[in-house]
Amino acid sequence: MIQFQDLHKAFDGKQVLTGFTLDVKDGETLVIIGYSGSGKSVALKHVVGLLHPDAGDVTVDSRAVSTLDRTRLAALRREIGFVFQFAALFDSLTVADNVRLGLERRDLPADEIAERVHEALALVDLTGTDGRFPAELSGGMRKRVGIARAIALRPRYMLYDEPTTGLDPVTSAVMDRLMVRTREHLGVTGVVVTHDMRSAYTVGDRIAMLYEGRVRQVGTVEEIQHTEDPVVRQFIEGRPS
Amino acid sequence: MIAQVGRSAVAGIKAVGRFGQFVSDMVRALPDVATWGRLTLVQMRRVGVDSLPVALFIAAFTGVVLALQASYTFTGTVPLYFVGTLVGKTMMLELGPVLAGLALAGRVGASMAAELGTMRVTEQVDALETLAYDPQSYLVVPRVLAGTAMFPVIVALAILTGILTGWLASLVLLDLSTQEFIKGLKLFYRFKDTWFGLFKSATFGFTITLVGCIVGLGTRGGAEGVGRSTMQAVVYSAVLLLVLDAFWAMVLLR
Repeated sequence: MIQFQDLHKAFDGKQVLTGFTLDVKDGETLVIIGYSGSGKSVALKHVVGLLHPDAGDVTVDSRAVSTLDRTRLAALRREIGFVFQFAALFDSLTVADNVRLGLERRDLPADEIAERVHEALALVDLTGTDGRFPAELSGGMRKRVGIARAIALRPRYMLYDEPTTGLDPVTSAVMDRLMVRTREHLGVTGVVVTHDMRSAYTVGDRIAMLYEGRVRQVGTVEEIQHTEDPVVRQFIEGRPS
Repeated sequence: MIAQVGRSAVAGIKAVGRFGQFVSDMVRALPDVATWGRLTLVQMRRVGVDSLPVALFIAAFTGVVLALQASYTFTGTVPLYFVGTLVGKTMMLELGPVLAGLALAGRVGASMAAELGTMRVTEQVDALETLAYDPQSYLVVPRVLAGTAMFPVIVALAILTGILTGWLASLVLLDLSTQEFIKGLKLFYRFKDTWFGLFKSATFGFTITLVGCIVGLGTRGGAEGVGRSTMQAVVYSAVLLLVLDAFWAMVLLR
């Protein structure tokens, strides 16, 4: 279980998170929606210790992330797959090497690493791209490699940072299908950060809206779709103010 | 005014603190040989082999110019075989290490800052961390070790090249015989001339690569930030290299 507990974070004096509190239950996929710059990605990066909170904390299975030493933080990170907004693939490595990189950190036999790379690329429909470099791939393919890199680790948690941003509608739907498939295949708990409502409705069990640094509303997809909160309503309908 | 001075002082103290933290993190990553061992060999090739042409090119022309300037200065008053002395001493003690160092500050320092800066702004460094790698082990230690190990090799070859072209220029352009050039070369030679230049170049390699890594990993703000980091890496490296040069002269040559 992932718990955001009264999380506060500011950058250069600007408050981004002001008491963000949210529980992600085991086995569910929770989608965090919100305006650009509202702090969704900031919240997500606290889960893997990429950012340090000014106050409050994130706990993963009762482990307070900001208090973990390097060894225990590395152990926690081995349980979490993180898919970055622009994939964050290593330019100098091939697709297969990108997927293999995290596995090489886990003392696995070479044949198991090769098998997992093959399996992960197959799961994201990228079989046969092993030897290609990230620069030779489309944006959608790069994001799929990012997912393959994360799922090859067989994590307990998957974190997706804006997985459909910058993609055309068809490729976005492919990404949504992949996220659903990943959950079904691996049974992982997921957190998806997005402002793509179609994607949120497709992949989410519950949706939380982050607004002015804290949760404005959290509920099932149906509850959010029928919300009477004017701020949430305006956002999900995409109406300008 | 007072507030401005205060802010500058705080910023300076923070920068020193960040530098100390960075170096301490790098030292802490040293036992992780499994990660940096293989990568260091790759970096040694990039820093060493790939930088050799520019270093040798500069040294070759420096050797020729030194021989001609020595002859021009000595004419009529100092025996011409001192051309060998001046070419040898100057290449070993100063121009070999410093000119190669400045050239490599541009080539190696800038490319490291640009590469790591790009990795920082495209979240590749964050991705490394989420894959349970320490960026110090994976990115910094291999580069700094490669720079420290390969700079003396490059500088040694640059010194040899400079002396060789100085000798050729003396033969062809100054009517100096090989025996005379070698006599001059040996005249005031001490073993310290050799190790001083090579030791100094190792410290240059350490500094240039460390600055490239610190500036690169501290990059903020997209393409503009990468450009700024690249420029800063070259400027900081060049300034530190000249300060170090003066420091080692004061400490080791007095």
